[in-house]
Amino acid sequence: MASKFRSDLTKERTRAAWVFMLPTLLVISFVAGWPLLRTIWFSFTDASLSNMSAAQFTAFENFEFLFKDSSWGTAVKNTLYFAVISVALETVLGLVIALVLNSQIKGKGLLRTAVLIPWAIPTIVSAKMWGWMLHDVYGVINDMLIWVGFIQQPIAWAADPKLAMISVILVDVWKTTPFMALLLLAGLQLMPQECFEAARVDGIHPIRVFWRVTLPLLKPAIIVAVIFRSLDAMRVFDLIYVLTGGSSETMSMSVYARQQLFDFQNVGVGSAASTLLFLMIGLFTIIFLLFGGIKGDKIK
Amino acid sequence: MRNVKQKVLIYSLSLVIIIVCVFPFYWAVVSSLKSGTDLFKVEFIPGNPAWRNYLEIFKEQPFGRNIFNSVVVAVGTVSLALFLAVTASYALGRVAFRGRTALLVTILAVSMFPQVAVLSGMFELIRAMGLYNNLLGLILSYMIITLPFTVWIMTTFMKQLPKEIEEAAIIDGANTWEICTKIFLPLLWPALVTTGLLAFIAAWNEFLFALTFTIEEKARTVPVAIALMTGASEYELPWGKIMAASVVVTLPLITLVLIFQRRIVSGLTAGAVKG
Repeated sequence: MASKFRSDLTKERTRAAWVFMLPTLLVISFVAGWPLLRTIWFSFTDASLSNMSAAQFTAFENFEFLFKDSSWGTAVKNTLYFAVISVALETVLGLVIALVLNSQIKGKGLLRTAVLIPWAIPTIVSAKMWGWMLHDVYGVINDMLIWVGFIQQPIAWAADPKLAMISVILVDVWKTTPFMALLLLAGLQLMPQECFEAARVDGIHPIRVFWRVTLPLLKPAIIVAVIFRSLDAMRVFDLIYVLTGGSSETMSMSVYARQQLFDFQNVGVGSAASTLLFLMIGLFTIIFLLFGGIKGDKIK
Repeated sequence: MRNVKQKVLIYSLSLVIIIVCVFPFYWAVVSSLKSGTDLFKVEFIPGNPAWRNYLEIFKEQPFGRNIFNSVVVAVGTVSLALFLAVTASYALGRVAFRGRTALLVTILAVSMFPQVAVLSGMFELIRAMGLYNNLLGLILSYMIITLPFTVWIMTTFMKQLPKEIEEAAIIDGANTWEICTKIFLPLLWPALVTTGLLAFIAAWNEFLFALTFTIEEKARTVPVAIALMTGASEYELPWGKIMAASVVVTLPLITLVLIFQRRIVSGLTAGAVKG
């Protein structure tokens, strides 16, 4: 009797679970699945923006075009360069901020509030704010650097081909380091306090404690944070679009794809670029899932 | 001696962090209060503050309308995403059914989608539905950025609720729908606030779709309006007005974040660390 009740209950609950999932699954297939499949289909056609339905199958022509187009090559290189450098800087700085936030100091609340401000500011707004601060003639950064004596002449940060990418990375680091710091802080707060107590009682130098205890224990949190941020950094669009526009020195894969799609109205090539970015991120995700050691599902 | 040195180091580090985090916003406020040639002088406190920039953004362009659009889109997105996420996260968090892990992985995978990967397909879809240049089109397309993480975070919160409540409800004869809406939902309001805030911020800040799926100035949301603000000539950006607009759209966000900072931090980390 009891077991029949239980199995009926399980059946009823499983049915209910699927009914509960249904609306979300429908919406996700509608706004994610379908558009993704259409984009992949367009990448094998000569679709143009004015007449998308008249698209003709052209096999791999768009991909051949991309492999020959040097600005696509630059966009891929830029995207990877941006992702690697900015995530590396954000991890190191985020760790520093997390350690400060985790230490016993007065005014920690103020510090945490301040750290949340860059995170709360919309990317577009932070790109504009920094664009103004880095302005070649009237920018406050140039003014400060000249006053300190680091530079003699004002620098055209966002416009100079050699410095444009550095400016983009600088703004991204400012904007996203707080997120990194919060993730790492959560990791720090989950760590067993006994180890640190023991190390302190034994009089071990804090720097040694950091390398031997904190860092190894924090490794899982660091890996998760780095994965999240890298996947995010590879699709960068807003910041570059607003800070440096369509200049080829900083063009990312997303910016390139959108330019092909809407500025050149070349839906086929744009979709092919989008598809390649999707595949690249997918590939990285799989690699991370396999080797990053995150377990997707740990529900009891 | 070592302790003193450490303290000095850590406090000066904190000070540097605070200045670096806050200064750009402070500078935007200062610049927004300067007009005319004052803007080109570097002064850390504006000599003669003027509100002209703030008045001009509302008079010379439909910035009020843009704010209204952003509010409608963000509120619509949050309501729809939370509505869908409550039942979905109950199923994913509380019921052990076959295929649950596959669903969770799918949802996580969708949250990793680069937006540009669906851009041409979404453009076609939105035009086919007659939602181009329409706020409804934006709300619908924002499901792809908000729904996966709302479901993911809500699932984390659902899992934390004690099993006993549910068992007692089952014994009292409550069905699954009643358990979800009448018993769990009231317990979950802090989670709803957290998740809703994160979804609100995501929708408020979104740029790529809003830029692509609207054409008229009065259909734009604020990030697009700010990004496309132009001055008298192409080479002369109206920096004072851009800074004023930036301050106007950022102040509500900063206020929200300051009030709800604990909740936001817990929501951000619930999605990542415990996953």
